[in-house]
Amino acid sequence: MIEVKNIKKAFGDKTIIEDVSTVMKAGQCNLIIGSSGSGKTVLMKCMVGLFEPNAGEVLYHGENFTAMTGADKTEIRKQIGMLFQGSALFDSQTVEQNVMFPLNMFTKDSYKKKLERVNEVLERVNLIGANKKFPSEVSGGMKKRVALARAIVLNPKYLFCDEPNSGLDPQTSLVIDRLIKEITIEYNITTVINTHDMNSVMEIGNSILYMYKGNKEWEGNNKEIIFSKNERLNEFIFASEFLQDAKDMRMLEETGKISNDRNMEELLDKDAPVLIPPPDEE
Amino acid sequence: MTIFNDIGQYLLMIKGMFTRPENARMYWKEFIHQCTEIGVGSLGIVSIISVFIGAVSTVQTAYQLVTPLIPRSTIAQIVRDTVILEFAPTLVCIVLAGVAGSRIASELGNMRVSEQIDALEIMGINTKTYLILPKIVAALLMIPLLVAIAMALGIWGGRLAGVASGIIPASIFDKGLLEFFVPFNVIFALIKAYVFAFIISSIPAFYGYYVKGGALEIGKASTKAVVVSCVLILFADYILSALLLPT
Repeated sequence: MIEVKNIKKAFGDKTIIEDVSTVMKAGQCNLIIGSSGSGKTVLMKCMVGLFEPNAGEVLYHGENFTAMTGADKTEIRKQIGMLFQGSALFDSQTVEQNVMFPLNMFTKDSYKKKLERVNEVLERVNLIGANKKFPSEVSGGMKKRVALARAIVLNPKYLFCDEPNSGLDPQTSLVIDRLIKEITIEYNITTVINTHDMNSVMEIGNSILYMYKGNKEWEGNNKEIIFSKNERLNEFIFASEFLQDAKDMRMLEETGKISNDRNMEELLDKDAPVLIPPPDEE
Repeated sequence: MTIFNDIGQYLLMIKGMFTRPENARMYWKEFIHQCTEIGVGSLGIVSIISVFIGAVSTVQTAYQLVTPLIPRSTIAQIVRDTVILEFAPTLVCIVLAGVAGSRIASELGNMRVSEQIDALEIMGINTKTYLILPKIVAALLMIPLLVAIAMALGIWGGRLAGVASGIIPASIFDKGLLEFFVPFNVIFALIKAYVFAFIISSIPAFYGYYVKGGALEIGKASTKAVVVSCVLILFADYILSALLLPT
């Protein structure tokens, strides 16, 4: 579990995060959503220690990570895996070497044992046979999976994913989302994901934090988000007319009404999709 | 004020390098890799430059010695001393600032921009120690070696040009090389090589490590690293000459 308490972060005169507190639970996907510039990446970087917050603290299982220095901080970091937006693979190393890197650095295992572990995690992310390829030789989706394999190779307690679906097609995005969800449950990891992909929100959002201009605007889960009354959140998630139609169709089914400012006849003519699960269904 | 900021940040970077390695074997591997990149990777260009510098020195010295009162063996002495004192350490290091320095800056800049440095930090690795220290240590080992090779090749190039163009016979050139030889000159050249090696590796590492932005900024950082390194090399050259050479 990760607790974020009253985090504030500013760069010079510009405040990026005002005062954010939240709890990220283990064994579930904790999503941070928000439009570009809302401060979600800065919040994540404060959580992993890449940025020093101006105020507030981050607690990993009750231990104050923000106040730690040197070896203590390194110990916590060894329990963290992170999937970066651009994958951040080492260009000059093969897929196998990339995944083996944390093992080489932090374990004294034999090469055979390390290779076994590498193959195990590569198999887990469905990347069998890609060992000898270089990052430049694999697709964007494969790069993300290699990065995910590298992030989980040391069995981390915490997994951070910064926009894991950026630049990926919807199908590959779904594969990555499901993979992250499965790994989270399988290893009981506290997973924190930054995203503005609504498909991810609906697919894996066990817990969702919506950020707006550096503030926590809303918190809930993927069942509650669609029916939230928060105007800013609604503006964000229903920026797509497709999703608005889907929501209205659901509301129409359940209550016989749709959003006040919308035309029911127009909506019924559209053959709109019904893709949103009702709030009481898993 | 930016310059004081930069100096402060540079000093903090140097201080931050000195931590206990997470895994000595991985650091050793990285050190060997850097030795290969900086040393072996620059050997070709250093050799070519050294031979031609020596050759040009011989021809131009002969051109300026118009009086028959000065013996021809003086050409060898002048070539020897200019190559050892100035051309081998300074010129070779300026070239190395371009070759190795820009490579260090762009490598680290690319790692910064593509979040590879952040990825290492998240793993709990001190990136200054892992990425910068091996480069500096490798440069401190390899660059003086390259300078020593440049001295030998420069003098050999001068001899070759002198003999080939009929300026000076080989026997007189060899005799001249041994006349008035001051061993301290070699020590002085190696002291310069060590100082320049530190500049060539640490300045580009600083500009690469702290780059912000994208591909364009990596190019700019690389250029700035080479320019600043060259200026600092020339400045250090003057200071060391003024301090260490008896005048």
